[in-house]
Amino acid sequence: MIGVNRYKCGYCGACVSVCPIGAVELVETWVEIADDCTECGTCAGVCPIGAIEVLK
Amino acid sequence: MTAKPDKYDIVIVGAGPAGSITAKTAAALGSDVLMIEKRQAIGDPVRCAEGVSKPQLKEHIEPDERWIAAEVKGSRIYAPDSTSVELSEDVSGAEVGYTLERKLFDRALANEAALAGAEVRVKTRATGVIIEGGSVKGITAMHLGEECEIRADIVIGADGVESKIGRWAGIDTTLKPSEIETGAQFLVTDIDIDQDFCEFHLGASIAPSGYLWVFPKGNRSANVGLAIGGDVCHQGNRPIDLLRNFVEERYPNGKIIEIVVGGVPTSGPLEEMVTDGLMLVGDAARQSDPLTGGGIINAMDAGRIAGEVAAQAISEGNVSKARLREYETIWRERHGKRLKRSLAVKNRFVTMNDSDLNKLVHSVEGIDFSTMTLFEMLKVLVRKNPRMLISLGKLFV
Ligand SMILES: Cc1cc2nc3c(=O)[nH]c(=O)nc-3n(C[C@H](O)[C@H](O)[C@H](O)COP(=O)(O)OP(=O)(O)OC[C@H]3O[C@@H](n4cnc5c(N)ncnc54)[C@H](O)[C@@H]3O)c2cc1C
Ligand code: SF4
Ligand code: SF4
Repeated sequence: MIGVNRYKCGYCGACVSVCPIGAVELVETWVEIADDCTECGTCAGVCPIGAIEVLK
Repeated sequence: MTAKPDKYDIVIVGAGPAGSITAKTAAALGSDVLMIEKRQAIGDPVRCAEGVSKPQLKEHIEPDERWIAAEVKGSRIYAPDSTSVELSEDVSGAEVGYTLERKLFDRALANEAALAGAEVRVKTRATGVIIEGGSVKGITAMHLGEECEIRADIVIGADGVESKIGRWAGIDTTLKPSEIETGAQFLVTDIDIDQDFCEFHLGASIAPSGYLWVFPKGNRSANVGLAIGGDVCHQGNRPIDLLRNFVEERYPNGKIIEIVVGGVPTSGPLEEMVTDGLMLVGDAARQSDPLTGGGIINAMDAGRIAGEVAAQAISEGNVSKARLREYETIWRERHGKRLKRSLAVKNRFVTMNDSDLNKLVHSVEGIDFSTMTLFEMLKVLVRKNPRMLISLGKLFV
């Protein structure tokens, strides 16, 4: 599962731009992950603040 | 207030510089325009270092002290060993000159769009595009929790780095991690810095595959930030960590009054920026400069061209891909070559280690850059470092 720590996230949208399948949505002040996420972790890689991660 | 129609000539998604200039241009030419923005306040939160060139900005809007935080005379570039070269504003002028207050700047641009006749709706998020008969015919959106449909002959995606409009219409805008610079910035105040100069710091320990900047913001404050390649970003070495280290060491008594995070596309522009009934502008079309990460002016230029072409296409009643491609063609004529060069320099730059970077800066120590453009400066660098920059030679003849 992909988890977004919304207390940490700065809602910048960097993670959205790299998701290969468009599963991330920056709503306004939070990030939503769609069910078809493949847990590839690409989004987590680029986050400037470490707010999004693949949870084991 | 009268009831709002749900059909427009043009609907623009995103009220950043790209969206507002597009809206202003098309509305002034007589099109019926709606610009939507998902945030409740345009321009906030900021995801930018706020540096722009004076002459380039003036091509679009008369500078207004309400949204100009500071003005600089030039830049200093620091090698990893702290050797520096100084560029006057005319040179670095391609990227710096003013430090904006983007919260107010973006709002001022949106206001101009509104005054030109565009409608604006905030807290309204596009959630999909309507495609009929192979052509884009509008968007679905959510406004204050309510789903709605907004029809338009042309949809313009000005939705920034997180753009979805292109993807929904079949244009793949996905960036690879190596094609994004991911960054963090503090607005640090109560610090002693030279308010007349921007600083750029290079080095693997400071900002791998990127750089750190200090942009004066007046009143003993500055935007201190850095961006690194998305492919070298990992736990413990994220922009926020690197920035904290730098700021704690350099400005131990500084106070942080704002935190900014963000990503900027460094892929170079999309291969296709239009399709039937749809155009992409600004960061959504990946038009930011791959080397510097600067995207404000590029977005505004694109907005002006797109606004003109869209308004003409509407009045001719032809919104086909072939018609809208005129925007892309003009944009590439003006910016294509420069961005291609930037991409090549960036691709070489990210492979350099600290000793390469030191050598580069040493090679031009003492040279007077005060009358050179950025292009001419890069040319000197290539000439002085033929072996190191061999892959760039052809681009700078
Ligand atoms: C850390 C950092 C530093 C930078 N420093 C500089 C600099 O010093 N100089 C410079 O020139 N450039 C800089 N840039 C780049 C610059 O910020 C961008 O290139 C510029 O903002 C692009 O403008 P835009 O209008 O295309 O997109 P944006 O300004 O990102 O605007 C897009 C808008 O669309 C909205 N939106 C997105 N999706 C939707 C949706 N579905 N529905 C409705 N609205 C939506 C967003 O909320 C946003 O308001 C920097 C970028 C970063 C990340
Ligand atoms: S990249 Fe990180 S900070 Fe930015 S929106 Fe995604 S989770 Fe939030
Ligand atoms: S883990 Fe991969 S598929 Fe899932 S949201 Fe992140 S980038 Fe997209």
